[in-house]
Amino acid sequence: MSDLSPVRFTRTHEWVRPEGAGEAVIGISDHAQAQLGDVIFLELPAAGAHLAAGQRFGAVESVKAASDLYSPVSGEVVEVNQAAVSAPEVVNQDPEGAGWLLRVRLEGEIPADLLDPQAYDAFAESDSH
Amino acid sequence: MVPFAGYQMPLQYSSIRAEHQAVRERAGLFDVSHMGEVRVAGPGALAYLQRLVTNDVGKLEVGQALYTVMCRDDGGIVDDLLVYRDPDGYMCVVNAARHDDDLAWMRRQLPPSGVELEDQSDQTCLLALQGPLSLQILGPLADGAELGAIPYYHHQPGRVLGVPVRISRTGYTGEDGFELYCDRHAAEGLFQGILDHGRSHGLLPAGLGARDTLRLEAGFRLYGQDITLERDPISAGLGWVVKLDKGDFMGREALARAKAQPQLSFIGLRLLGRGIPRPHQAILADGEPIGEITSGSYGFSVGAGIAMGYVRPGSAPKGSEVEVPLRADPAEVGAAQVVSLPFYRRPT
Repeated sequence: MSDLSPVRFTRTHEWVRPEGAGEAVIGISDHAQAQLGDVIFLELPAAGAHLAAGQRFGAVESVKAASDLYSPVSGEVVEVNQAAVSAPEVVNQDPEGAGWLLRVRLEGEIPADLLDPQAYDAFAESDSH
Repeated sequence: MVPFAGYQMPLQYSSIRAEHQAVRERAGLFDVSHMGEVRVAGPGALAYLQRLVTNDVGKLEVGQALYTVMCRDDGGIVDDLLVYRDPDGYMCVVNAARHDDDLAWMRRQLPPSGVELEDQSDQTCLLALQGPLSLQILGPLADGAELGAIPYYHHQPGRVLGVPVRISRTGYTGEDGFELYCDRHAAEGLFQGILDHGRSHGLLPAGLGARDTLRLEAGFRLYGQDITLERDPISAGLGWVVKLDKGDFMGREALARAKAQPQLSFIGLRLLGRGIPRPHQAILADGEPIGEITSGSYGFSVGAGIAMGYVRPGSAPKGSEVEVPLRADPAEVGAAQVVSLPFYRRPT
């Protein structure tokens, strides 16, 4: 049985979901938000900024720790989730939905070495032990 | 769950933010059974305690509680503790992480006769109900006791849900509330019973994470971070628990010297921008280190990153601006203002 979800995950716990028309949405995984605990601040690039796959693009700071964010894809930021910036608890409540971070215009394909949900879950499980 | 002072304790039940806000706006219930309880009794108990701790136990009436520290001869803080006066003696409540060292220290200070120490930590559990609705929640559950009539820092024996408890109007959050000491066999039922009854009032169980953000906003020192064997209570801003005129006590000479010439100042910092200060980070003035943060986190009720720490006396007056590093990159610093403690005061 193959996993048909188009969402892909990095080994640094970000996700990317293709949205059609060459765009994609980026966020952090449920596993990541659970590890971080209460998110207090998001440090995100502005619309127009350029992201490179595997490169740092911002940070998320929780009561527990500050953690860098790495982009799953290359592209240009077309929208920042302002609702999440002003009320970051949405990243804890719905990290893979309403707690998305950036919408980007993709440059090239979504990298093939990203993990599908099943592979990511297995990775996250082993990562937390 | 996280390991803490040899106990497995919940960091959070739901989220630190939700639990913090529940305590500030409604109520939260903490299981702090890790705290240590040591009974001090006998005809020499008062004289013994007066020598052991820095605050004046002689002024304590039956039914009152007292916050104090105990110090070594060099003024270093062995622990901070509560002392309760009972009709037949005293009970000291000490930090779990310091329990073994405290007991050894307290035994070493014992006179040849006239004082008995009894460690009741293993059979005693402690629940803390904290928040503005605490009285409303606990009142109907307390058999025959008028809880509202217990003043702050007072206590009395009673029953809650039929369980014999010491009911103490104290806490570590900056809110009104009660701490309930009970036998360990009754604790789980008591915790669940209070929670069940309080749920309709918006009561939440609360963990170590919220306990830390709440106590930091209230300016309460945490042993092991803000106060240690290397720090004296004068430097720690706890001069109000040091009563030099009550007679001789452990550390008195050193603390008299510290009072005349403090080694360090304990300050509060409020970040002016985004970011969360963390323990062990440097405090900088004009790029030069002047001290170190001992506690730092996010103040949910303050709406900013807040911290406490030590600086050289006179180097960071109230209202002045200092910097704290916010990232591993030392170039990334945040501006912070030196403010009075506590950061948060409950509305009166």
